[in-house]
Amino acid sequence: MTETQRPLLEIRDLSKGFTLHAANRRVRGCEHISLSVMPGEFVGITGRSGSGKSTILKCLYRTNLPESGEIIYDSAAFGPVDLATLDERRVIYLRNYEIGYISQFLDVVPRTTAREIVRASAAEAFEDEADIEAETTRMLEHFDFPRPLWDLYPNTFSGGEKLRLNIARAMVRRPRLLLLDEPTASLDNASKLKVRDLIEQLKAGGTTMLGIFHDLEFMEGVCDREYNMQAGGFVAE
Amino acid sequence: MTDASATVQATLPRPVTHTYVDDAPVLKVTGLSKRFGAGCSYCSDPEAKLERNICPVCGTVHAVRNVSLEVHPGEILGIVGESGSGKSTLMQCLYFDQDPTEGDMRVAAFDGGAENCFLVSRQQQRYIRDRIFGMVYQNPYLGLRMNFSSLSNIAEKQIAAGVRNVHQMVDRGEELLERVKIPLRRKQDPPRAFSGGMQQRVQIAKALSNEPPVLFLDEVTTGLDLSVQARVLDLILSLRRDLGVSMVVVSHDLGVIRLLADRTIVMLDGQVIEHGLTDQIMQDPQHAYTQELVYSLL
Repeated sequence: MTETQRPLLEIRDLSKGFTLHAANRRVRGCEHISLSVMPGEFVGITGRSGSGKSTILKCLYRTNLPESGEIIYDSAAFGPVDLATLDERRVIYLRNYEIGYISQFLDVVPRTTAREIVRASAAEAFEDEADIEAETTRMLEHFDFPRPLWDLYPNTFSGGEKLRLNIARAMVRRPRLLLLDEPTASLDNASKLKVRDLIEQLKAGGTTMLGIFHDLEFMEGVCDREYNMQAGGFVAE
Repeated sequence: MTDASATVQATLPRPVTHTYVDDAPVLKVTGLSKRFGAGCSYCSDPEAKLERNICPVCGTVHAVRNVSLEVHPGEILGIVGESGSGKSTLMQCLYFDQDPTEGDMRVAAFDGGAENCFLVSRQQQRYIRDRIFGMVYQNPYLGLRMNFSSLSNIAEKQIAAGVRNVHQMVDRGEELLERVKIPLRRKQDPPRAFSGGMQQRVQIAKALSNEPPVLFLDEVTTGLDLSVQARVLDLILSLRRDLGVSMVVVSHDLGVIRLLADRTIVMLDGQVIEHGLTDQIMQDPQHAYTQELVYSLL
């Protein structure tokens, strides 16, 4: 990393709370968050449940609307943009081609098979039919996805299988920036190793990652830096 | 370890690089309003406080108030809101079924969007309806001739769009019926002999017959049972994927909107109260009414 390098992602004083009109209440999300991630870095966020970790990632992905602060992302398509206020069409473009998001839950179109889900994602990133097919197969195989499940709908899958599918779908696109919201939370050790292995591969390929991990020790050696959160803000770096 | 990963990486195909195309919207609506009643000096002020959507002074119903929206190529725009929020009136104005009181609509496929389509001649509006737009109504009786065969129903729209070759019409009709999964042996049956879900699919086939770049879908799955609903939704998604059709989807069913729409606008009492990315509307709704709507989702 050279001194002159710009961060790929820089969050400045981000705050996000939720106003629940019916209950006439405010719920705290995250407050005065500032952090930066350099290109190619893997940065972890730790902290107890409810401390606002996911809110940060959702603000980045714009599933949540930030209330104040800036999220400067140095995009390939537009140069530096503020994700907090970027227009919706450009956000959609970045989601398709630059920023990936893996959550704890699989949210897919019903009645779509596992293979189709990964394939549709691969088709966004690759043009060549053979590449799309090969990448789909490689991802499903990498996660030891049992072949009999490939052409089934995921609603019959176990939690771990759904999660692995979710990860395969996001990773097959090789996003430039990958947001990970506890992707290994409900996985067994063998599957966690698989995820770690892929994260290492992606990192070697230059993907920048910002991830929430319960068990960050598991990511030792991959994780470059770590932020610890408590009650909405960072306490330690 | 690093060496091994680097080797793996080197052998992997590189993803294609994309460039953002800031393409013009296929449909752009600005300041659309539809009043039922004469209006008065009080309610002509766009900021005037109404009782829901009724003017407390003159009783005029403001069904749609100052709505603006854009639909881009290949995009699905969702419109949600409770019954009476003005969604269907809005849709009817877009499809020239009703005349708006005020507003501007630009259609990229018509004159490159140079003219306000609400002000062009009836003949030109019919041209836009027949060749650029497709419409699927909630009530199939509005979109289909129930006593004519399915094939004739599809041909009707093609004739309107200027097709005169019978073979061409039949071929296209059969292709479309297959696409919407109506068995071809039933192509001569009139829609009244079909189930609700099949009628909706014939309507979709008809709307698609002249390959419109813009498709309007008004509560297409309302009243259908779940498995039939699923088939219609799958069909809509495949149309976008395979044909790149842009769509405006009106529904009070948030599940349908969540599945289909890229962006969503929320209407209440004729006005747009919130708009955003669909997942943001679902997970971080801002307006009290949207929150109520989202938290009521089963």
